Amino acid sequence: MRRVVVTGIGLVTPLGCGREVVWERLLAGRSGLGKIEHFETGDLACKIAGMVPRTDGRGGGREGDAGVFDPDSVMSARDRRRVDDFILYGIAAADEALADAGWDPQTEEDKCRAGVMIGSGIGGLETTYNNSIELHEKGPRRLSPFIIPGMLINLVSGQVSIRHGLKGPNHAVVTACSTGAHAIGDASRLVARGDADIMVAGGAEATVCRLGVAGFIACKALSTGFNDTPEAASRPYDKDRDGFVMGEGAGVLVLEEYEHAKARGAKIYAEVKGYGLSGDAYHITAPAEDGDGGFRSMSAALKDAGLTPGDIDYVNAHGTSTPLGDEIELRAVERLFGDHSDGLVMSSTKSAVGHLLGAAGAIEGIFSILAIRDGVCPPTLNLDNPSVETSINLAPKTAVKKPVKAALSNSFGFGGTNASVVFVAAE
Amino acid sequence: MSDVLERVTKIVIEHLDVDAEKVTEKASFIDDLGADSLDNVELVMAFEEEFDIEIPDDAAEHIQTVGDAVKFISEKVG
Repeated sequence: MRRVVVTGIGLVTPLGCGREVVWERLLAGRSGLGKIEHFETGDLACKIAGMVPRTDGRGGGREGDAGVFDPDSVMSARDRRRVDDFILYGIAAADEALADAGWDPQTEEDKCRAGVMIGSGIGGLETTYNNSIELHEKGPRRLSPFIIPGMLINLVSGQVSIRHGLKGPNHAVVTACSTGAHAIGDASRLVARGDADIMVAGGAEATVCRLGVAGFIACKALSTGFNDTPEAASRPYDKDRDGFVMGEGAGVLVLEEYEHAKARGAKIYAEVKGYGLSGDAYHITAPAEDGDGGFRSMSAALKDAGLTPGDIDYVNAHGTSTPLGDEIELRAVERLFGDHSDGLVMSSTKSAVGHLLGAAGAIEGIFSILAIRDGVCPPTLNLDNPSVETSINLAPKTAVKKPVKAALSNSFGFGGTNASVVFVAAE
Repeated sequence: MSDVLERVTKIVIEHLDVDAEKVTEKASFIDDLGADSLDNVELVMAFEEEFDIEIPDDAAEHIQTVGDAVKFISEKVG
């Protein structure tokens, strides 16, 4: 099999957009969570989220701020009206990743050897919501012809391919909160098998809208006890955790065949070394209590990488801050790592940015890669009192400096879908 | 008529993101103003909303230029 390396990174997150500004804030222990102000939350039990700070004032952004997201820089107002925000964020992250990789194919052959696989957990929920109201109130003749292409999940991949002339495989993953991790893994395999030399892969999500928040409240998944202190709401492993905080944004990676990257002198962040998948076959929303699904996806990823638990220096946990899931994952990691749990660092970056659902696995894969690059593991914020004892270092509140040669990133989704990806330092 | 032209022009500029000087009565939405078939559908909807009229699909098919739109709307509202 051909080797696959990461040569470009793009981030749009509640901590801002742009690789370095987000990473710096994450390591500094800053939170991207805040009160929702762009729609009515009076009747909602959860009134907080992780929102992308934007120049239009949404998410507390202001023009001129470092890392602020400027929608005008991505698309004209006219084009923006025709796409849901998850597409907007996905395009922006892909633009950054491709520019970072320095890849702008000009020949027909190069274009045909580059593809896109950017997924979403939910897709254009707000677009669907708004147009449902329009249909109900004004009838079918008032519906825009851009509703469907503006909310379809694979339209991030479609838009990115059109924008950059990428004519290779065009695909989109939809596996709830595992989407981003599955996209990295599946796209890597397309490159490894030779279907493409370059894949632009990741996830995008924008469900911080009334239907999104109300829907996750209805299935008892969101934090509701920290509406006045949003920065303290996402607290994985802490005994006071009471649910996840929804985030939005996108993470996109440029995955490239190793020799292709070497030949053009590309900067190489890390190698995608292993990928594992599993299903719980247990419950539509709850994780299997024995954590076996996560255990098996991690085991498969390690086996695929040709590594053993002792080789892994950092785990970026799924760790959503829900009462059930965090401990189940922790126990599965302990079971897999055995004696190697001592000294292992595992953190949940959802404590800082919230849960970006379909984008989570992509941005967390990126954080794992940057941990390798810089030899530092990002912290788990708000971890005052762990709910269980463990010999694993959960990096409470402060980033942990240590050389990271190999990192494992976990993502688990509704429906019992699990994905784990292993990244290693490029030789 | 001139009022209709003015309002149609404004809608076309806004929806197609084109320079005002390009929006002449002879300008074809698709050939001169960069619209595609979905843009045309949206434009017709915007005309319907602005002038509070209904433009049936078979009539909409014949509205290819700014002038076509102004003529049809003027007849409807006039």
